[in-house]
Amino acid sequence: MKSIILKTASNYLLPLLLLFSLFILLRGHYLPGGGFVGGLIASIAFVLHAFANGLQTTKHLLRIHPGFLMPIGLSVAFLAGISPMFLSGLPFMTGIWFPEPISVVGMIGSALFFDIGVYLVVIGISLTIIFTITESK
Amino acid sequence: MMAQIVFLPIIVQLLLAISLLFSWKWIKWQKIISNVGSVLSLVIAIWLFSTTWTEGTLTVQAGNWQAPFGISFVSDTFAATLVLLTAISGMAVSFFSVGTIMPARLKFGFLPIFHFLLLGLNGAFLTGDIFNLYVWFEIIIISSFVLITLGGEKTQIEGAIKYFTLNIFASVIFLTAIAVLYGLTGSLNMADLALKVAEIQNRGLVEVTAILFLIGFGIKAALFPLYFWLPASYHTPPPAVSAIFGGLLTKVGVYALIRVFTLIFVGDVFLGNIILVLAGLTLFSGALGALTQNNISKVFSYLIICHIGYMILGLGMYTEMAITGVVFYLIHDIIAKTNLFMIGGLIYRITGTYSMRDSGGLYAKYPLISLLIIIPFFSLVGVPPLSGFWAKLTLISESFKSGNYWLIAAILFATFITLFVIARIWAEVFWKESKPLPKLQNFRYFEKLKLEKKILIVGPIVFLTLISLYIGFGAEYIQRLATRVANELMDNQQYIQAVLGVNTTN
Repeated sequence: MKSIILKTASNYLLPLLLLFSLFILLRGHYLPGGGFVGGLIASIAFVLHAFANGLQTTKHLLRIHPGFLMPIGLSVAFLAGISPMFLSGLPFMTGIWFPEPISVVGMIGSALFFDIGVYLVVIGISLTIIFTITESK
Repeated sequence: MMAQIVFLPIIVQLLLAISLLFSWKWIKWQKIISNVGSVLSLVIAIWLFSTTWTEGTLTVQAGNWQAPFGISFVSDTFAATLVLLTAISGMAVSFFSVGTIMPARLKFGFLPIFHFLLLGLNGAFLTGDIFNLYVWFEIIIISSFVLITLGGEKTQIEGAIKYFTLNIFASVIFLTAIAVLYGLTGSLNMADLALKVAEIQNRGLVEVTAILFLIGFGIKAALFPLYFWLPASYHTPPPAVSAIFGGLLTKVGVYALIRVFTLIFVGDVFLGNIILVLAGLTLFSGALGALTQNNISKVFSYLIICHIGYMILGLGMYTEMAITGVVFYLIHDIIAKTNLFMIGGLIYRITGTYSMRDSGGLYAKYPLISLLIIIPFFSLVGVPPLSGFWAKLTLISESFKSGNYWLIAAILFATFITLFVIARIWAEVFWKESKPLPKLQNFRYFEKLKLEKKILIVGPIVFLTLISLYIGFGAEYIQRLATRVANELMDNQQYIQAVLGVNTTN
């Protein structure tokens, strides 16, 4: 799509949307939001960028193939799941938390890392699907 | 913290799948990881099984949320046995697929998805929460859908559409049934459900819910009026995929039926009679279907349906002896069916065709392999003392005791047809003079393969045949195992007490 307005806007929207997706990701533990929605918003940011600037530019911007985010995200979630088994001998998926909240981010615990894993997997999958469809037409 | 090992079969498969995804581009590494990992998961399954055997039912709560609220993972003898069988067939198929699957399929992630499938199977066997069971079913369906379409041949897509539509439909029915059950009881934990369903006054509603479960699982297990997706799709993917599908996928449906109808909906005579009729018709129609086919792989697909009938039949009779027979048959059948489809693949590799009429002369060419193949064939039919015999003996004597003579007729009919079909395959493929077939282009015939590949193809068949022989000749041990499983299943208080940790007998 060749539109100067979209092109200019998408350059500003990309960081904004990514920031917003991080916000959604972080508030997800107690409020509506979380890794899945955050991941979708982040992938929308890249899809919009790809619409305005062409697929190659976005791919160049991403540096790695989005499909590679899937195993990374899965392993982050997996490590978050098994960490209580090794750290405190509690069952798989038990939430373990740092006692003190950290400013801006809030409480940090294994649930947050699990959500980050989901976030990465969702970005990876949706971008892989959309990029593949765009390439094959 | 011994109970933590209940998670291990799930964790190992997940770890394998993730590491296989990381080595997406390095097929050689994928093969090594898959093979080593499946041996490892077999070791873990044996560990879980022996711990469950010595220490009784193990329960662990995921996320450390207490029982009726969190998701329980339960390893009773039944679940541990099935995890062990999954690991055994999974290992055989892992080696077999390294030997037979084409590089093009491996390149598009055959092995990671295969391990995701095993992950789903292990999860489905170990979970003690009915909604979680649904989630594992979804994992199984999605990965099996990828496996069945991978390669993108026209027949594959055609089979996959039928397979996917009906299985998703089954999932929707299953989900509806869960929703109704949740509305009735306010719980999803299976042990808790067992207590709460027993107290419901409105039995009609409970019966309807039970029938919804029967239909949902019945489609997945390929019961009589609902099996049409199976013969339409199981012959289309490569034999390694058919092997794991034939050996384990329909058995998950059978497992879920047994679990739900021995734990939650207990002692309903009307439902038992429905199940008996369905079992008889499944035996009958599966056997007739197998008779009419010429394609070896399709014959095997119909035999799966036919033999599901045996297991459901015992569930319908619902006595401890009958359930013993069912469990024994399940153990025998998982190994035998996995082996059967791999044998189908081997025959295809040697002759280049699945058609019985066109092939022939296998015995003259490969006498040793033919002798190897006849063992699983005979144990499938149930020639004593091989593995199929003992389970059928229990089932027949139990039908005799309960006075259901027509069931004996159905069992014997299905057995004779199986014998006839197997004898026909033997006569056509092995004994008949070989016909001059047009040589296929770009087809790697068995005789042209390297020795290493030949071992990878024949080795798993030998392995599963040995297991089959053990089930037959060590029937005493398997019978003891099956008796213990049946005892645990019939007395559902044991399960409830293990999960909820309370004495419920008042």
